[in-house]
Amino acid sequence: MTLLDAHEVSKRFAGIAALSGVSLEVGAGEFVGLIGPNGAGKTTFFNCLYGFLKPDAGRVLFDDRDVTRLPTYRRARLGLARTFQRTELFAGMTVRDHLLVAEHARTSGVTLWRDFALRGRDSDEQRQSADEMLSLLGLADDADRPIESLSLGRTRLVELGRALMSRPRLLFLDEPSSGLDRTETDEMARVLTDAQREHGTAVLLIEHDIDLVQKVTARLYVLDYGKLIASGETTTVMDDPEVRHAYLGVTA
Amino acid sequence: MSDFLGYAITGIPIGCVFALMAIGIVLTYKTSGVFNLAFGAQAFVSAAIYYDTVARHDWPPVLGFVVAVLIGGPLLGLLLNQLLYRHLRTAPAIAKLVTSLGLLVAIPQVVKLWFGTSPAYSPPGLIRSDRLFLSGELTLNVNEVTTIAATIIVVVGLSVLFRKTNLGLQMRAVVESPRMTELNGVNANRVGAVSWMLSSLFAALAGVLLAPLFAQVSELNFFTLLVAALAAAAFGRLSSIPLTLVGGLLLGVLGQLFAGYLPQNSVLAQGLRPSLPFAALFLLLLFWPGLRQPREISDPLAGVDPPPPAPPAAIRTRGLTLFTRAFAIGFIGVVSLLTLTTLNDYWVVLVTKGVIMATIFLSFVIITGLGGQVSLCQASFAAVGAFAAGQLVANSGMSILLAMVIGAAIAAVVGAFLALPALRLGGIYLALATLAFALMFETVLRPLDWVSGGTRPPRVPRPTIGGIDFSDDKNFFLLALVLLALVALFVLVLKRGTTGRFLDALRGSETAASSIGINPFAAKVVAFSISAGIAGFGGALLASFEGRVFYEANMTYFFGLVWVVLVVTLGARSIQAAITAGVSFVVFAPLLTEITPLSQTTAQALAFILFGLGALTYARHPEGIIEAQTRRSLLKITRWLDRGDEGRPDQEQRERDARVAVGAGR
Repeated sequence: MTLLDAHEVSKRFAGIAALSGVSLEVGAGEFVGLIGPNGAGKTTFFNCLYGFLKPDAGRVLFDDRDVTRLPTYRRARLGLARTFQRTELFAGMTVRDHLLVAEHARTSGVTLWRDFALRGRDSDEQRQSADEMLSLLGLADDADRPIESLSLGRTRLVELGRALMSRPRLLFLDEPSSGLDRTETDEMARVLTDAQREHGTAVLLIEHDIDLVQKVTARLYVLDYGKLIASGETTTVMDDPEVRHAYLGVTA
Repeated sequence: MSDFLGYAITGIPIGCVFALMAIGIVLTYKTSGVFNLAFGAQAFVSAAIYYDTVARHDWPPVLGFVVAVLIGGPLLGLLLNQLLYRHLRTAPAIAKLVTSLGLLVAIPQVVKLWFGTSPAYSPPGLIRSDRLFLSGELTLNVNEVTTIAATIIVVVGLSVLFRKTNLGLQMRAVVESPRMTELNGVNANRVGAVSWMLSSLFAALAGVLLAPLFAQVSELNFFTLLVAALAAAAFGRLSSIPLTLVGGLLLGVLGQLFAGYLPQNSVLAQGLRPSLPFAALFLLLLFWPGLRQPREISDPLAGVDPPPPAPPAAIRTRGLTLFTRAFAIGFIGVVSLLTLTTLNDYWVVLVTKGVIMATIFLSFVIITGLGGQVSLCQASFAAVGAFAAGQLVANSGMSILLAMVIGAAIAAVVGAFLALPALRLGGIYLALATLAFALMFETVLRPLDWVSGGTRPPRVPRPTIGGIDFSDDKNFFLLALVLLALVALFVLVLKRGTTGRFLDALRGSETAASSIGINPFAAKVVAFSISAGIAGFGGALLASFEGRVFYEANMTYFFGLVWVVLVVTLGARSIQAAITAGVSFVVFAPLLTEITPLSQTTAQALAFILFGLGALTYARHPEGIIEAQTRRSLLKITRWLDRGDEGRPDQEQRERDARVAVGAGR
């Protein structure tokens, strides 16, 4: 079953075609990679899919619903979540608070009435699911530390946790391994595969770390100069000479 | 036709003065990233020096000009740069804005201490001379010609500076990243100092040139000048000097045309003309393309700065929190008891007013503390609540308590309507839009009968509940205390609840917050509207206490500025700090009069100076000085409690987190 269906998405910035007619599909519970050299338009494409940018042309369907014009927060409520290439954290909050905010955002309706009914504070279930996520991420010891005191690698895990807290059906990851060392990257891969196994979360992954891509993704799309140059099963695509030339700089 | 030309031509010199000032604003903004609201105050300084030397001490105008403009202007700019803005170059835009707000409040009061408050009539022009005839009825005097010439020299000179010289290039580089520029071997501080001296020179020039256009030298005129200049600067999109000049000229000419053509006593003439600069600023901020998506200046090397302080919850144990809270409540209890038993009537009234102010100040906890936005029109919201409650009682005989609540609701609705367009702006632009609104409320809306209830606003009664008559001051004090507690509880519930969490998240990162399903716009409108409602409620309560809405004494735009400055200095995030700010706003000056031989006026001026200068600490302690002190003491207590646990594995970690939270080691 197709969960996300992006159809012929185009975006121009001041006359420069950042994306020209890119189509992509992600099935339920599927791990899909999106690779390409720097400046290929990967993050722009993500932003179009997620609502931070409005595409000039094309449609984005999520779960057979046209979400092309929906604002970001509405897409999140439908079951999308993401992490950021340059981490976007809530300054001044502890690690646990990052997860609890996401939990509140998922479970709360009209927040004012909840607050006045004195139900705005964290419930036991909310605390418990935050604690479960903390131990899944291996962040239990850092739970009450201010986010500023964590290393980059740990903050990437916090972002991942925050995204997973909203129980997404599709998770967008924008270069999750950049700035991480080998063990931290392995940790990240483990958490992702766990989430897929337990909740059936699908993942769309932008990544430069080819090892990580080959380890977790089943299918791969390759972008170059805003155009798709290849797509298919990961192993097949990685052997494609054009891909090797554009992306790896290897002439076949 | 000749009428038209005549009016238009008289508008040109005025427009030139607006433009000079606006160019100064653009220059400082371009070169130091500071949106200098204290510019009007700087112009006032030079005008006062010029008046004092030339009119009071009979110096020759040239000498007065040299001292007031050529020496005084750049010197003040140099002082401001060396003492303040040099250290703020990488600070967030909002910290720079708060600093200049503090100066806007403090500088005129300092000047008045020396200059005196007695009116300074008929300010002299630069050159004492008669009219100079152009042709027929079109006249310009020598002063006006000088103004135009000065403006032309400034515009041409600056264009050359930015386009052709190395210094101009360096100036532009310093704004983008002072550190990067220094890595390239440029002394960023020297460049900054030069640009501050230059822009202050323009402010001084504008001040002296503007003074003769009014009947007397008064700070209010310079504030109007500032707003007109802000509008002109906005017209130039805060970057183009020629467009800024055009903006200033347009404002000057339009103002004179309105004055010439609109019937003298019509509503339009009385409302539209004085409010032209405010309305222009407001509309430009909302609709002028190119301003709406302002590029925030961000330093690529900002990452080397130490992280901002974390919330105290990270280091506070539950016991400590309970202890500090119990201490605060105990303190309030003791003060209340003293008020009821030992203070005389005068002080009971003052303390009660302080409690009511504290209620109004709680509105800042929502909008500034949680929402992270600076609103400069809370005083106008208080006035809306007060006027509405007063009219409801007068016209429909409604009970005053119900009228207060409805007044608050009306203020909340007005707040929401203002927020809908203004919140798209954010940051300093939102602050400017709220300032423009406050000024429009004062000049356009307040004089209307349906807003304020006529020239003599209706009496607002005190309530009677179940046989208790609150016209007794001590009874009313208790009522105010109870209402303050209720509002504080209301704020606490929001702060601790989901709303508070969402606003915290939005302040941290709007992008991330919307990516997990938080609607940023709705959350901010709600915060703005609730905050306006609280201010409106407090305003209505104050009117009920004082028997009428005393707008001039309590709710002018100036009070809105002082409130912001005071509350962010002490700590906008904490309920305790907001209450302290509210009470000290009222009782500080009388207390000073009581314990020192100062007169009431001097004490009040000193209080404003102190409040204003207090804002200079904001850049260092954005969490507020009360919160900063609390954290410091908590760090000490934590250390003391941990003294026996040297061996415990988490001890070192807690210590490090605590130091991050205090922001130590900068």
